[in-house]
Amino acid sequence: HFHSVGIAILPELTSLYFDCHSNLPAFLLFAFKDTIDLSKFPVDRIRNFCIIAHIDHGKSTLADRLLEMTGAIATTDKNKQVLDKLQVERERGITVKAQTATLIYSHQGQQYLLNLIDTPGHVDFSYEVSRSISACQGVLLIVDANQGIQAQTVANFYLAFEAQLAIIPVINKIDLKNADPERVETQIEKVFDIPREECIRISAKLGTNVDKVLQAVVDRIPAPMASTDDPFKALVFDSNFDHYRGVVANIAVFGGRVKKGDRIVSAYLGKTYEVNELGLLRPHEHPTQKLFAGQVGYIIAGMKDVKEAQIGDTLYLQEQPVEALPGFKPAKAMVFAGMYPMDQSEYQGLRSAIERLTLNDSSVTVQRDSSMALGAGWRLGFLGLLHMEVFNQRLEQEYNASVIVTAPTVPYKAVLSSPKLIKEHGSEEITIVNPAQFPDRSVVSEYLEPMVLGTILSPDTYTGKIMTLCLNRRGIQKNMVYIDDQRVMMKYLFPLNEIVVDFYDLLKSLSSGYASFDYENAGYQAADLIKMNILLNGQPVEELITIVHRGRAYSTGKAMCERLKDSIPRQMFEVAVQASIGSKVIARETIKAYRKNVLAKCYGGDITRKMKLLKKQAEGKKKMRRIGNVEVPKDAFINVLKRKDK
Amino acid sequence: MIKHALHAARRAFSPGLRCFSEASGGEISEDVFERAGSPRLTKQASLYVHWPYCLRRCSYCNFNKYIPRENNDPMMTECLQRETETLLQLSQVSCITSVFFGGGTPSLAHPSTIAAVLESVSRRAYLSDKAEVTLEVNPTPVGKSKLEDYCRAGVNRFSIGVQSLQDGDLKILGRDHSPHQALQTVEEARRLCPGRVSVDVMFGRPKQSAESWENELSELLRVCDDHVSLYQLTLERGTQLFKQVLGGEVTMPAEDVTAEMYQCARRTLHQHGFLQYEVSNFARHKAVSHHNTSYWKGRQYIGVGPGAHGRFVPRGEGGVVREARTQTLEPDVWIREVQQRGHGTRRRIQLSHLELLEEVLVMGMRMSKGINHKHWELFSPQLGLHEVFGTSNDIQELLQSGQLILDDRGLRCSWDGLALLDSILPALLVMLERQISQRD
Repeated sequence: HFHSVGIAILPELTSLYFDCHSNLPAFLLFAFKDTIDLSKFPVDRIRNFCIIAHIDHGKSTLADRLLEMTGAIATTDKNKQVLDKLQVERERGITVKAQTATLIYSHQGQQYLLNLIDTPGHVDFSYEVSRSISACQGVLLIVDANQGIQAQTVANFYLAFEAQLAIIPVINKIDLKNADPERVETQIEKVFDIPREECIRISAKLGTNVDKVLQAVVDRIPAPMASTDDPFKALVFDSNFDHYRGVVANIAVFGGRVKKGDRIVSAYLGKTYEVNELGLLRPHEHPTQKLFAGQVGYIIAGMKDVKEAQIGDTLYLQEQPVEALPGFKPAKAMVFAGMYPMDQSEYQGLRSAIERLTLNDSSVTVQRDSSMALGAGWRLGFLGLLHMEVFNQRLEQEYNASVIVTAPTVPYKAVLSSPKLIKEHGSEEITIVNPAQFPDRSVVSEYLEPMVLGTILSPDTYTGKIMTLCLNRRGIQKNMVYIDDQRVMMKYLFPLNEIVVDFYDLLKSLSSGYASFDYENAGYQAADLIKMNILLNGQPVEELITIVHRGRAYSTGKAMCERLKDSIPRQMFEVAVQASIGSKVIARETIKAYRKNVLAKCYGGDITRKMKLLKKQAEGKKKMRRIGNVEVPKDAFINVLKRKDK
Repeated sequence: MIKHALHAARRAFSPGLRCFSEASGGEISEDVFERAGSPRLTKQASLYVHWPYCLRRCSYCNFNKYIPRENNDPMMTECLQRETETLLQLSQVSCITSVFFGGGTPSLAHPSTIAAVLESVSRRAYLSDKAEVTLEVNPTPVGKSKLEDYCRAGVNRFSIGVQSLQDGDLKILGRDHSPHQALQTVEEARRLCPGRVSVDVMFGRPKQSAESWENELSELLRVCDDHVSLYQLTLERGTQLFKQVLGGEVTMPAEDVTAEMYQCARRTLHQHGFLQYEVSNFARHKAVSHHNTSYWKGRQYIGVGPGAHGRFVPRGEGGVVREARTQTLEPDVWIREVQQRGHGTRRRIQLSHLELLEEVLVMGMRMSKGINHKHWELFSPQLGLHEVFGTSNDIQELLQSGQLILDDRGLRCSWDGLALLDSILPALLVMLERQISQRD
């Protein structure tokens, strides 16, 4: 009984915009036109590159400097993370949504068009990273001169390496007191097998050697393989949704040319559109008359639904069909969480906020869900934990929505053994997103859980503690390498479930913040999974059903019982809070009965206050959920279900 | 003396105003009122008079009280009288059934103040010489020495704030008397008003154990009169004690310990012939407080003095609906207002039918006898107790578990249920609201 939430925009709004647009004064349109003649940039004077780095290693600062030096933006102190437009990006110092900027750079008397495609730094957004990479021929791999290689540096390196891009290692923050670029060069040699001589030492903050980076982009990154003589062919590598103009697609032109008024076709849908506007992103939209092979820019062609601009789609001219580009595999949600409005009256508002947010982040999967405790809501799928947090933060900041987020779960699978069920589901293997739908052991030949390959980089003093933590999380060590004389890189195979909630926080705290962690998906493995019930005075609580690994059932059950005990008020009778597997109780907490709760005195002057208190309790009572004879306040479930506050 | 003469005169000239059966010793005769229906409810009231001053601040008290900067007793007296007259006029009650002087520390007031207020009452309404007139007394030597004069002024019942018989505890609580002084004051009060002395004691005090409480109670029972009020010390925000507990200097007994203390006190008092007639009040030889009982029975009361609360119909200005009224808190401001407009009423809120019934329910259920059908009918002639509460599952559960009783007498808590009243009331309130809103 799940339904995808439909996404639609109001047609009135769209037409409203287009009306306005055509009524713009002609001189204003003219002012934007052709200040850059793109035909002057043949393919060999175009470079497409991106910057990849571990969080806080200075990617956005370097981007700011590159933009300033090429005149794309004015040089002021105020340019901080220009490409990071979202509040969450600026606050967390991360990039969530890839942005693109075209730089015009003069080198040895020649003008070059450098397309900087900004990428998210975290593997949760590796889908975005790989999209960006597919439009590039080279990357700048930034490493902090003080911190050295971190987990995300490694993950990002491999993405670029596998895409066979030119890699330019850049050691940033050499102005810091503790900077040790020598050591970082050693690490780069050892881990990435890149000669140390290829490293460029810079300070993006002060602008030191940033010009060398630009030179290296021109010298070391190959020009795109594309010809203006071929028929027009472009890859849609990103899209944004604008309420007034519809879809704004970011494209990399792989061949030919395209201009305003051209009729283009989406290979994916076979639909034809007329190009209304196109241009460069510098980083703001800069309309031009044409885009040529090898160039990167944006296009607006009357697509009214993001689904029309499928990322990975190929665009071509109506009269010149071409073979479609390979495209991308759709992103797969790996972490699921329920999201519910704080109050059911806010349901509609939250729905439209989620719809609008998913317009620009198609990697989030949305299913309607409902819980007896939390009411109507959604079960959303995310690429990873950070993705989930960022989504939640954007909901709150950009849409002012207050949401209850349940503890994240992972998608388990079950291999069915009953022919009847197989027929019912249409396949032998089913995916279980909602724990309440976990099939019974008796109809299942095996359960599978998603695995990840985790990379941990840390000073070697913490190795012992980290190994213990990983072991407790059912981690299996795959290898361990010293990347220099003090830092060690470990690879572990983990069940995803073990790292979704608090693993990263624990890792950070036991290593005083020095260890870094990243992971990539590593398929599914058979696992001894069981369904755990939580009972209140013997009555099961549907919304608290949890799927756990047998070996972790006791500790998980105990923790849930404890949290429930702390959040259910005493009642007039004793309440047993139990965790059970089948009919076997594995953990128990007891909420003792109230023995006395009457206020000692109440005379004439006390009535008003007393009434207020009692009325509040009576109101609260109406909102309680009854499980058997036990009254449970809503926030008790929330306390158990929601992620622990950090 | 003047007052008694005055009463005699009123009684002689206006026999129609008599509203007490002579035999009951000032007790309100239930039959007369409860059969009479609600119009008669509005013709009488009890009177609460608030004396806002204290000599010092008790560490646990967040009540409306002030340490006076100067002696403005005459001014205060004048204003209490003036407000009494204004509000009596406004309420149009013909009969004041009881008077209670509370505070603050009303035993700091001069006996002539008490006499003056009572005279004002008698000027505007009938006040039987048998009507209960209670004064709260701080058991210090000064307080004790004034008891006789208070009696002469018209007080006929004393409520003595003994609080504890442990010297150390009295110091922690910030009281300015010793256990010995307390006992002497009780003795003197009993001499003056035999059978009409109440003692207030407090349990759940810092570091108190159930055992020491039991011993203290036995000691108290040897000296006390026929009425005991038991209060659990509640930690109030903004008090000295609250800060001390927060800072870890003082520890309070755990919830289970105070529950044990309460049950132990109920048992002990019962064994000594004291009947619990309300959550925190116990009496033997029928020495119940009529004044407080009238609160619990949902009767009208007029509050006079800074911060005093009242519940009455302002019939004097044509009102027909009971109002919740609060006087201005701060004594100086209150005095100014009374001087300017005769009263210091700061807030008036008309009680809806539902709100009135909610108060009747909440207050009535505090009594061990609960709410009988006649009592309820007085306020809710259309909807009986069975109709309101008889059908709900929630309430059926309470009835089945034996915590609540609904029978041909009325609605009440069982012995065990009374200690859990605050868990029972929300269920009753939810049901009451549902039933009333269905009828509207």
